[in-house]
Amino acid sequence: MTTDKQRLPVSKTYKLFIGGQFPRTESGRYTRFEVSGDAPPVNVCRASRKDFRNACVAARDAFGTWSATSGYLRGQILYRIGEVLEGRHAQFCAELQREGLSAQAASAEVDAAIDQCLHFAGWTDKYVQVLSAVNPVSSPHFNFSAPQPTGVVAAVAPAKRGLTGFVAAILPAIAGTNTVVAIASEAHPLTAVAFAEVLHASDVPAGVVNVLTGQWDELLPHCASHMDVNALVLADVDAKARAECQIAAADNVKRLVHIDAACLPGLEQDGLDAVGDLQEIKTTWHPVAN
Amino acid sequence: MSESGNLAFEGSWQYSPAPESTEHVTVKADYGLFIDGAFAPAVSGEQYASINPATEQPFAQIAQAGVADVDRAVAAARKAFDSVWQPMPAAERGKYLFRIARAIAERSREFAVVESMDGGKPIREARDIDIPLASAHFFYHAGWADKLQYAWPGRAVAPLGVAAQIIPWNFPLLMLAWKIAPALAAGNTVVLKPAETTPLTALKFAELCQDIGLPAGVVNIVTGDGEAGAALANADGINKLAFTGSTAVGKSLIRTLAGRDVPYTLELGGKAANIVFEDASLDEAVEGIVNGIFFNQGHVCCAGSRLLVSEAIAEPLLERLRTRIETLRVGDPLDKNTDVGAINSKAQFDRIQHYLDIGREEGATVWQGGSAAPTTGYFCRPTLLTDVAQSHRVVQEEIFGPVLTVQTFRTFAEAQAKANNTPYGLSGGVWTDKGSRIFNMTRQLNAGVVWANTFNKFDPTSPFGGFKESGVGREGGLHGLRAYLKAEAMV
Amino acid sequence: MTDLTLPDLRRLTPVDPIGVSERVARLCSRSIKSDSKREGLLRVLSMIDLTTLEGADTPGKVLQLCAKAQNLHASMPGLPQVAAVCVYPTMVAVARNAVADSGIAVASVATAFPSGQAPLSVRLDDTRAAVAAGADEIDMVISRGAFLAGDYQQVFDEIVAVKQACADAHLKVILETGELGSLDQVRKASVLAMAAGADFIKTSTGKIQPAATLPVTLVMLQAIRDYTHDTGRMVGMKPAGGISKSKLALQYLVMLNETLGERWLNKTWFRFGASSLANDVLMQLQKIETGRYQSADYFSKD
Repeated sequence: MTTDKQRLPVSKTYKLFIGGQFPRTESGRYTRFEVSGDAPPVNVCRASRKDFRNACVAARDAFGTWSATSGYLRGQILYRIGEVLEGRHAQFCAELQREGLSAQAASAEVDAAIDQCLHFAGWTDKYVQVLSAVNPVSSPHFNFSAPQPTGVVAAVAPAKRGLTGFVAAILPAIAGTNTVVAIASEAHPLTAVAFAEVLHASDVPAGVVNVLTGQWDELLPHCASHMDVNALVLADVDAKARAECQIAAADNVKRLVHIDAACLPGLEQDGLDAVGDLQEIKTTWHPVAN
Repeated sequence: MSESGNLAFEGSWQYSPAPESTEHVTVKADYGLFIDGAFAPAVSGEQYASINPATEQPFAQIAQAGVADVDRAVAAARKAFDSVWQPMPAAERGKYLFRIARAIAERSREFAVVESMDGGKPIREARDIDIPLASAHFFYHAGWADKLQYAWPGRAVAPLGVAAQIIPWNFPLLMLAWKIAPALAAGNTVVLKPAETTPLTALKFAELCQDIGLPAGVVNIVTGDGEAGAALANADGINKLAFTGSTAVGKSLIRTLAGRDVPYTLELGGKAANIVFEDASLDEAVEGIVNGIFFNQGHVCCAGSRLLVSEAIAEPLLERLRTRIETLRVGDPLDKNTDVGAINSKAQFDRIQHYLDIGREEGATVWQGGSAAPTTGYFCRPTLLTDVAQSHRVVQEEIFGPVLTVQTFRTFAEAQAKANNTPYGLSGGVWTDKGSRIFNMTRQLNAGVVWANTFNKFDPTSPFGGFKESGVGREGGLHGLRAYLKAEAMV
Repeated sequence: MTDLTLPDLRRLTPVDPIGVSERVARLCSRSIKSDSKREGLLRVLSMIDLTTLEGADTPGKVLQLCAKAQNLHASMPGLPQVAAVCVYPTMVAVARNAVADSGIAVASVATAFPSGQAPLSVRLDDTRAAVAAGADEIDMVISRGAFLAGDYQQVFDEIVAVKQACADAHLKVILETGELGSLDQVRKASVLAMAAGADFIKTSTGKIQPAATLPVTLVMLQAIRDYTHDTGRMVGMKPAGGISKSKLALQYLVMLNETLGERWLNKTWFRFGASSLANDVLMQLQKIETGRYQSADYFSKD
């Protein structure tokens, strides 16, 4: 009976997730994260501008293949994320509690996140239909409009809602065949890294989602100014930072999407807008004749 | 006589001049700003001359709006939104739009002539394309006014409020229609600033709004240069900004709106590829290339300004293209047989010439065809730039004139890569007889509008807008309407 | 002519009918006014194959037609003559005598016109008889059945044979485009006919609807352009049937002007097959002359 107390638990190294691998930050920097309870503090990677750049390259490389996947396959993969998350329910409860949530709140958070995954898994082969139109033009042409992914999305997860917020920041993007560089909440880096491990175990191709931990006020300007990022998803960012992002994002006419963390898609409201905000409508014309 | 291959054009049978009559057109000597249902001079009293680019003569004196004028217009729009337009039953709003559609159609000839004289576009295009499409745009959106709940089932729709709208000089009345029709149909009121060089059809439209009894303040037109546009974007009371114009100005507007809760839609520049495969219908492809780049003197954001042609057919295609260009008539925009009219302004003319100089320096071969250009006014003959490379500025940058660059490709992948190798993403064209290739290429092109075996087609029901630096949002159709509404999910 | 070979008709450039109709619409938007209209109408007159092809044709009817051909409208001196009169083989001798040395050609339909559904030997005899009777030009019909069945070699060989039977007479090959089903087929038949030695290609017999149309004519003109480009040999074009108004004729002329250009803009290389077009052109010319709109009662119907 004394062995449990005597055994030294193996502590986890929280790394970044870039291109399907778990590297440490190239900068060698870390942030000391004080966990709840009596466990020792954790060293969380403090990602650099170069890490962000590497993640963008991985996301761009993954985009071509990912955007060509069928909605059915993506649905399977997003469903699998939910499945794996369910299997690791206890682990996520523990991570969230280490980040300060009560056991009850942590459990509710994980339940909701799993449901969110299933919600977006269901959208993958439907949003195209809902957002498309056959347009009755007056000339002898067949004309239709359908969504295509915006491209590489930088997504800043909300500070609160450690798991559901993170899921809401990335799943609408990947459901719609974008690839993502996600910036974890400073308050919930442990959950974000654990979720990266779920993604890794769920047949999400390498580079489709990349997860960085660090200081968002340091990383945000890079998200907004990177010329190969096509859209920026912001949540819980103050008005001043939002304005600065908009100014920087103008350089490549980056799409800006704001998530209200009090009202996450897939929970209180449906996720169609969240998916649609990261789509470009393409209209195609062709003559009709023999 | 111009010759191409063994064919000879402009021979013994010459078309006589066929100028459109201007007798039925009334243009006042000067125009004020249209605010709250009435014309009034700018507070500053400032005016400028709108020039007819085909004659270089002043056409009318136009008020230069300042900040105070813009604020007054926004206030009028706000008042009209709160007191008249939003409370009005939707079907009644729709009836006003139907009236506008019909009134434009009734005055189409007058609008066409004014458009041609103010902006330099051929009367044939103003008459057959700009004005009918403008009318159709109002007619289409009129019917939406009382049916918005069917457009987004399960959502509560509501107008945004006062829409600020800034439009360019290439399709003045048509761009006005693209902006005002969906805004009004969705229940918004508008303040619109036409382009500095082409304000007249917008002002004639203001007269039309008076004539059909549109409530005061629902549509306000403020004229002036970029300062007036900036004042409008900066105005406190606006709830939406819609802009069509250059990418540079679009970016500055995004920055202007930073920190404010004003949604925006932007239609910006383009450098579209028109891709011709070896199995294409060659004569129809040639026609599409001609329509793609010489329509409206190439002053078209979605112009097919880069020809990408399969090496296997480059020679016969280019021979056909040159032959076709030789039959284009450059000259008096009011002549019904003119194919290529006047360049819109001296500034734009200089810009095009500058790019031709750049092209020569980069090693391009410059070929110009069509009839001789008049010596008065700003004219540019249809131009092909061959011997160009993807790295050349003339291939990468938007020239916005009747200038087509010609590149060849060997494989589908090369064509796709070259087509997408641009910061823009507004439009694209693909010409092939193979159905599976059409669907593959139209999907692969990063562009908001893709024309397969056709080019430069527009319709009120068809969404238009760009990927990447070509803009944000869509105009036209169901998707365009969405940009003028809140559509909250009903929980 | 034995060295003629059938080209590979599977490798033709496809035709997009919507693109063709858009090009046609644009050509039709040309505004032909004042001097260009008068000159255009005079050219139209000079390009007409004044035609009567009725079962009820008689020598008397043909004589009246020939009189009209030589003297279109007495009160308007200086008008050009029409290019030719076009009749059935049995009427060739009558027409030949009537037009004499006026410079007006005698054209005859042949080859079991309009269906062509007779044995080749009969069609060749028909041709030889018309030539022997004095025809300068022969308007033959292709075997549409064989063409639609894909037996291009048969169609090709028949044209070669008729061309031989024509001797010195010019051969116009009627494709009967109203029975071919698509513009791709029109282009294919045009290429085939030119390769087989046609001097002219012609749209229609006038007995089948639709007869000549602007889109069909554009495709045929483009085929001529390409053939001439490749071989150096010019081929003429004749739209026939349904062209009865001046405005439409001018639209054809504009199309010709902007597709093949100056060298084709004469009766040597372009004809209108028409019976009532001439009078409408005369009325328009008179209107230009006098400023008054005209009544058909003042123009002879022959």
